Amino acid sequence: MSMMKWIDERYPLTKVWNEHLAQYYAPKNFNFWYFMGSLGMLVLVNQILTGVWLAMMYKPDASLAFGSVEYIMRDVDWGWLIRYLHSTGASAFFIVIYLHMFRGLLYGSYRKPRELLWIIGVVIYIVMMATAFMGYLLPWGQMSYWGAQVIINLFSAVPVVGEELGVWIRGDYVVSDATLNRFFALHFLLPFLLAGIVFVHIVALHKVGSNNPDGVEIKKGPKGNRWSETAPADGIPFHPYYSVKDIAGIAGFLFLFAAAVFFAPEMGGYFLEHPNFEPANPLKTPEHIAPVWYFTPFYAILRAVPSFAGSAFPGVVAMGAAIVLIFFLPWLDRSPVKSIRYKGTLFKVWLAIFVVSFILLGWLGVQPATPVLTLLAQVCTFLYFAFFLLMPIYSKMDKTKPVPERVTK
Amino acid sequence: MKKLIVALLLALVPLLVVASGGVHLDDADIDVGDQGSLQRGAKYFVNYCLSCHSAKFQRFNRTARDLGLTEDEVKENLMFTTDKIGDPMNIAMDPENANSWFGVTPPDLSVISRARGVDWIYTYLRSFYLDESRPFGVNNMVFPDVGMPHVLWNLQGTRKAVFTEHEGQKVFQRFEQVTPGSMSSEEFDSAMRDLTAFLSYVAEPIQLERQRLGVRVLLFIAVFFVLAYLLKKEYWKDVH
Repeated sequence: MSMMKWIDERYPLTKVWNEHLAQYYAPKNFNFWYFMGSLGMLVLVNQILTGVWLAMMYKPDASLAFGSVEYIMRDVDWGWLIRYLHSTGASAFFIVIYLHMFRGLLYGSYRKPRELLWIIGVVIYIVMMATAFMGYLLPWGQMSYWGAQVIINLFSAVPVVGEELGVWIRGDYVVSDATLNRFFALHFLLPFLLAGIVFVHIVALHKVGSNNPDGVEIKKGPKGNRWSETAPADGIPFHPYYSVKDIAGIAGFLFLFAAAVFFAPEMGGYFLEHPNFEPANPLKTPEHIAPVWYFTPFYAILRAVPSFAGSAFPGVVAMGAAIVLIFFLPWLDRSPVKSIRYKGTLFKVWLAIFVVSFILLGWLGVQPATPVLTLLAQVCTFLYFAFFLLMPIYSKMDKTKPVPERVTK
Repeated sequence: MKKLIVALLLALVPLLVVASGGVHLDDADIDVGDQGSLQRGAKYFVNYCLSCHSAKFQRFNRTARDLGLTEDEVKENLMFTTDKIGDPMNIAMDPENANSWFGVTPPDLSVISRARGVDWIYTYLRSFYLDESRPFGVNNMVFPDVGMPHVLWNLQGTRKAVFTEHEGQKVFQRFEQVTPGSMSSEEFDSAMRDLTAFLSYVAEPIQLERQRLGVRVLLFIAVFFVLAYLLKKEYWKDVH
């Protein structure tokens, strides 16, 4: 191994390998939910690779964009596959990340000492949303166009500077060629930024160590395992144990992902919306504008809040607050225990209310706003906020169970 | 916990019942794997649609290959606007003229079945009825006040719509044949099914190959999963 020695004297390769893989001790009791992090990275790589290849064929020009996507679908060898991997990947990314975030909620992974890890994660989520939003304009279909129009108009609802802000974002008074071109540039840039923040997320994770389904700090428990006398007794080396486990998880995920790519790339109009197969037409507003499914919970919150003095600004504030609140989770949860396994009924009921409200909001976001549905959206919005804002109270009142010393099976 | 979620969901059900608007669409029941159907559909498409509507993302030679036709067969039977087999299915009509004749430029039909859905197209093609108030004397039940004339009238014949009054609203009941066409009602439905199948094929020419490849990909991943799972089990034997 003189080659390794030569490298190690110039670059800490063995050290990095050991610190982050071979001698990084992760709790041995990870379950299904702990696949999502590695799957998120897999999908990010998929998005970057397929995206770069799409960019080789795609034309960010209002008169050519729609046709260039069809050209990719028909005349580029395997273009259809690359395009479907990318469009399905966008939805898969959000599915995986929503499950990843929900895992955090279940097991209290945002609690001390992982507050910063959580915050970095929420930043990743927001950058992801920005990337997805800009990418959605690129096919230049009717929903691309009008969806972007609606969302950018939200910025125009900001008092005083709103109008100018909208023009600044679009580069025009309406969504146009200028908007398409800059969104393409940013959509190409942001994923690399995303990869950078993911790196920071992992650095933070490896500093504090992974949480686990029991919410027990293995670093505070007894020391000594088969591999090291100083390592946590409940830890196992990430490599090879979790690397081989994640490969099995990846295979399971790829099965579902390929099933969608090859048999349901439109997913009934949820992954690829039907009106997006009509080219963007600035003169023809679709009857019903709905964002893609992963934005609909927040879109429903936006619509649920009544406008004030003819301005939609209160809705915009509510939508922003719904996302910003997620940052504060580490300080809102006052429960003496981390994991749902040892929390009481009160917290479980609130978590159930939150999940139901969030899913309902997602569904409401694709429906036309009728009075009954708007009322329902208002109830769900109220419950969404109540889950966060009342958490300091109910998480403290909650009757918790004793937490074991060591992780359980 | 699970019971609670179910109870919450059930409590919300009454709120979720939303009246479905719009016209009832008939089931197109197409078979994109049936080359005969696609070939007949292609014939109807080039004869009745392709003078005003383009399918500009679809090339003639692609159509030939996927529909099991030789390039000569396509040249003789399907190509009227160009003699280059690699050309897309364009039209000669000028969009500005079209706009002044029909009040709207007839849309390109390359991906129309993905935008509207095959049931919509199948029903639309069979829902023209006589309406004196319209410029071309016809209207459409699925697409009210459509700018398009009933180009298939010599196949279908002409029909009128029968309405009944219900609480001051006109409610559509059924169509009634006024003059016969060259096809029977069943023959016409079958022809429109072929045309719809062709439009569905044109919207995504790769769809059959995609599914064939998908089966092989899923089989590969399934085998890979079993191996990966066994590998994991082997490694994890000593974790207690």
